[in-house]
Amino acid sequence: MKTKRGAISKDLPKLRSAEIQLLERLCNAISVSGDEGEVREIVLEQVKPYADEVKIDALGNVLVTRKGITRRSDTRRLRVMLAAHMDEVGFMIVNDEGEGIFRFGVVGEIDSRQLPGHAVKVGSDHIPAVIGAKPVHLVEESDLKHVFPLDDLRIDAGPGNGKGGKIKVGDWATFAIRFKRIGPSLRAKALDDRVGVASLIELVKHAPANIDLLAAFTVQEEVGLRGAGVAAYAFDPDMAIVLDCTPANDLPDWHGEENIQYNTHLGAGPAIYIADRATLSDPRLVRFFIETAEVQGIPYQLRQPGGGGTDAGAIHRRRIGIPSISISVPTRYPHTAASIARFSDWQNTFSLVYTALSKLTSEVLAGER
Amino acid sequence: MKSLIQKLVEIPAPSGYEMQIRAAVKVEIEPFVSEVKIDPLGNLIAHKDAASGGLKIMVAAHMDEIGIMVTHVDENGFIRFTNIGSVYLRTCIGGRVRFLNGTVGVIGIERTDNRSEVPPVEKMFIDIGAAHRKDCPVRVGDVAAFDCPFLDMGDRLVAKAMDDRIGVVVLIETLRQLKKTPHQLYFVFSAQEEVGTRGAITAAYALEPDLGLAVDVTSTGDTPKGVKMDVSLGKGPAIKVRDTGMLSDPRVVDWMVRIAQKAHIPYQFEVLENGSTDARSIQIARAGVPSGCLSVPCRYIHTPSEMVDYSDVQNAVRLLLELLSGEDKPF
Amino acid sequence: MKELMSFLKEMISIAGLSGYETPIRQLIEESWRPLTDELHVSKVGSLHGLQKGEGATGSRSTESGPRPSILFATHMDAIGLMVTGVVDGFLRVTEVGGLDPRVLPGQLVIVYGREDLPGVIIQPPANLLPNVNPDAPVSINHLLVDTGLLPQQVSKLVRTGDLVSYAQEPIEFSDEYLAGHTLDNRAAVAALTYCLELLRKNRHAWDVWAVATVQEEETMAGAVTSTYDLRPKIAVAVDVTFAKGPGVSDYRAFSLGKGITLGWGPNIHPTLHKMVKELADKLEIPCHLDPLPHRSGTDAYGMQIVAEGVPTVVIGIPLRYMHTPVEMVAIKDIQRAGRLMAEFAMQLEPEFVVELTGKCRQEVEGML
Repeated sequence: MKTKRGAISKDLPKLRSAEIQLLERLCNAISVSGDEGEVREIVLEQVKPYADEVKIDALGNVLVTRKGITRRSDTRRLRVMLAAHMDEVGFMIVNDEGEGIFRFGVVGEIDSRQLPGHAVKVGSDHIPAVIGAKPVHLVEESDLKHVFPLDDLRIDAGPGNGKGGKIKVGDWATFAIRFKRIGPSLRAKALDDRVGVASLIELVKHAPANIDLLAAFTVQEEVGLRGAGVAAYAFDPDMAIVLDCTPANDLPDWHGEENIQYNTHLGAGPAIYIADRATLSDPRLVRFFIETAEVQGIPYQLRQPGGGGTDAGAIHRRRIGIPSISISVPTRYPHTAASIARFSDWQNTFSLVYTALSKLTSEVLAGER
Repeated sequence: MKSLIQKLVEIPAPSGYEMQIRAAVKVEIEPFVSEVKIDPLGNLIAHKDAASGGLKIMVAAHMDEIGIMVTHVDENGFIRFTNIGSVYLRTCIGGRVRFLNGTVGVIGIERTDNRSEVPPVEKMFIDIGAAHRKDCPVRVGDVAAFDCPFLDMGDRLVAKAMDDRIGVVVLIETLRQLKKTPHQLYFVFSAQEEVGTRGAITAAYALEPDLGLAVDVTSTGDTPKGVKMDVSLGKGPAIKVRDTGMLSDPRVVDWMVRIAQKAHIPYQFEVLENGSTDARSIQIARAGVPSGCLSVPCRYIHTPSEMVDYSDVQNAVRLLLELLSGEDKPF
Repeated sequence: MKELMSFLKEMISIAGLSGYETPIRQLIEESWRPLTDELHVSKVGSLHGLQKGEGATGSRSTESGPRPSILFATHMDAIGLMVTGVVDGFLRVTEVGGLDPRVLPGQLVIVYGREDLPGVIIQPPANLLPNVNPDAPVSINHLLVDTGLLPQQVSKLVRTGDLVSYAQEPIEFSDEYLAGHTLDNRAAVAALTYCLELLRKNRHAWDVWAVATVQEEETMAGAVTSTYDLRPKIAVAVDVTFAKGPGVSDYRAFSLGKGITLGWGPNIHPTLHKMVKELADKLEIPCHLDPLPHRSGTDAYGMQIVAEGVPTVVIGIPLRYMHTPVEMVAIKDIQRAGRLMAEFAMQLEPEFVVELTGKCRQEVEGML
């Protein structure tokens, strides 16, 4: 059931309703850092028919190999690692206080102002629960100026779920919002990084023949890029491309002035990273991706250098060093209950990475960094 | 040595963009080494002869400096930026930067209500004299180093990027003067130290040395109401006991003391409570590498006017030569 | 248990700050020599002790095929202080490892200079300190150590970089509880030693590496380098965890003497956690779940991501007043930990492979 191999196809695979449905499944799954099983199962089901090798390592990363085809005996195929992280930010139940009330810890970075008053779902059975908040009638005027202290928030599964009920300490939970397509947009929790996972699944299915594709569906990115480094060590690739999401903070400025800290713009295409806090992208790869986009007429943007980090941060420091770059889908409101991305950005990101892969040769890394 | 110091400190090469300094270093060291390689992260790795026996020693000084990277060019040609490495924002105000393409700019700040506060980096900008975005020869992602000319005060030398071009010079000078050694020596001019000792991680992994020695700057405690630290300018190179990233191997510290005493080279003990060096990454490479650090005392680190004492630099070279050429080993 | 108590008291009376573990390492080496087949020291000073397993063929001496190994890591380094300068005979200090400076004033210490010197940590009068609230806690860089010697004596005996440790002597409470400094993590070293004793008398298929790691309190340099060196199939970090006590009562703390803990979270392999928990239940060893949604704060954090990754487990021994000179532990909990570790190692079959169960299938074409 593998895709036909032969000349590099000029027809870019398109993302259609089947791919959107897969993204929906991925976004609705619960896979918080350290508990990626649900997404892992979907990934395995999808890549199995196409892969030459599939391995699950000690941390739960899914490592997929799709070998290319060598045309001439004197060229060595480039070993290209691609990474997308399966985990999302969320919560872990840390204490059962009885009568269905549970204390929880936050896994990954979530602004605590995004928590009160939200619906969540818990555990492998997706048990519904809520993070409540004190009624405003009972709140002092002066308290309104302060954030609800994280220590005071609780997950409430209703009195029937008391001690000995279905939710246990150690269960993981996420926001409960379900995926929805709205016009040009996709709205869901965990677009970061199910969009990357979905793209990577498609790249495995349509892997170009000129390279060895080493696909790493990584774990625990949100809690310190933990999975990517060990995956990179195992693959020992020539280079790495990370598929992630990055915030689009392109909202209007209060005073109507130019917004100069937008990070990326929604609808402006895949975001190419020059630098974030964890990685200084290899300039050779930055040039290569920009040239590829311009020659192919694929819209692209440069993510504003600055904070943040992706799996590339862990990958590029492994072994003797791995030239790396990140290409992300711009996403509004990541790490909240409802993030929004444009379908066109996802399609263009996929197109750019697919095209770049099919044009990759060892020439890209020939010069000095 | 002073002209070499001047030549190297004035090159702009922030972390990740070390091309120009790397090319300059390569020219200086090529006559003295048997092999020069550049690795995937941009480290320059030089192998001194093909000695066998002794210890495999990795000596590292970082080529990169702190700097800035452009995040946005506005409609009127003003440039917004973010830091590369730990930049003290208060040193930016009124400062100058030099981009890799030679463009020079001035750092200005937005008006704030409280004039005595240092504004955050989002309220700063660079003015290169362009009137419009389209006239600006600088784009998002371009990098610049701080710009401040070298100053020779006689005993004291001042420049930006003494951290760690002075270490680079110590390595080059050592290579020049090294006559013989019982060890296999690898001189690593590392990349991306200022953003987390990244180059040292991969270089140490590749080399698998028996012993690691970083050569970097360290702070001093000899300025008015400054940090209380037992290192002063002019009292000799410092032997690092610990910093925030590592504890030097006691055997390496004892060895460095022993050699310094035997050769009558002045030295000081360094406990640094703010900062670290490549040695921290070398120490935890693979199955572990006993490591230490030879420090050049430096005032005003991470400002555009870092100051070292010339005799400290000369003594650092002497000490490194003695350490690398003698039969006395740390273990 | 008299032997355990006296070994532990001996261990917490000897120096071994992070980076300078030689004295404690030598003591542990003596104890482990009769309990191991091989003993060596890593490049950065960790102690590696090997008890060979019998493999699939049931004989310790066979060389056929590499045996899988399990690594137990207990850090042997201690927190303390380091001299940053000598002023008029007084010593300025900084911390080694993390501690709350509010427990320092008046503490007796030992200064490891050219000789071991007794000292006291003193709180200077507020008028001699810059711009401080006279009632506020004095920060560590303002505290001083007074050795009772004259300045000219001090300058000959002490220098920048010298180490300072707590001098608090062990306090025994009946034969059940012990208080003193550095029970973090010498209590776990005692547990591991007990585990080695039990393993010596029983059969086990897997090789067992007992590793006393260095520098956990500062850099985890020992844990990551030993794991890279030894490449175990399973790595277990045994460390102290928080015991309930005055001011510490929430879900992060556990009753003293009422059992040990098993970590749960991203730093712990879920399959291994379940195996160890089931074993503890079978052996009637009280074992509580320690939810760790973030990092575990133990060597396991470093070990888990070495090379291609290692499945990790975290076992906790409850301890009151962590990182003070009067930490308190229950001897019974130490024995429980040691026993659980030994039994776990003993039950590992030669062909056992750690898998991720639950929502994950590993039956893929061509793979295990």
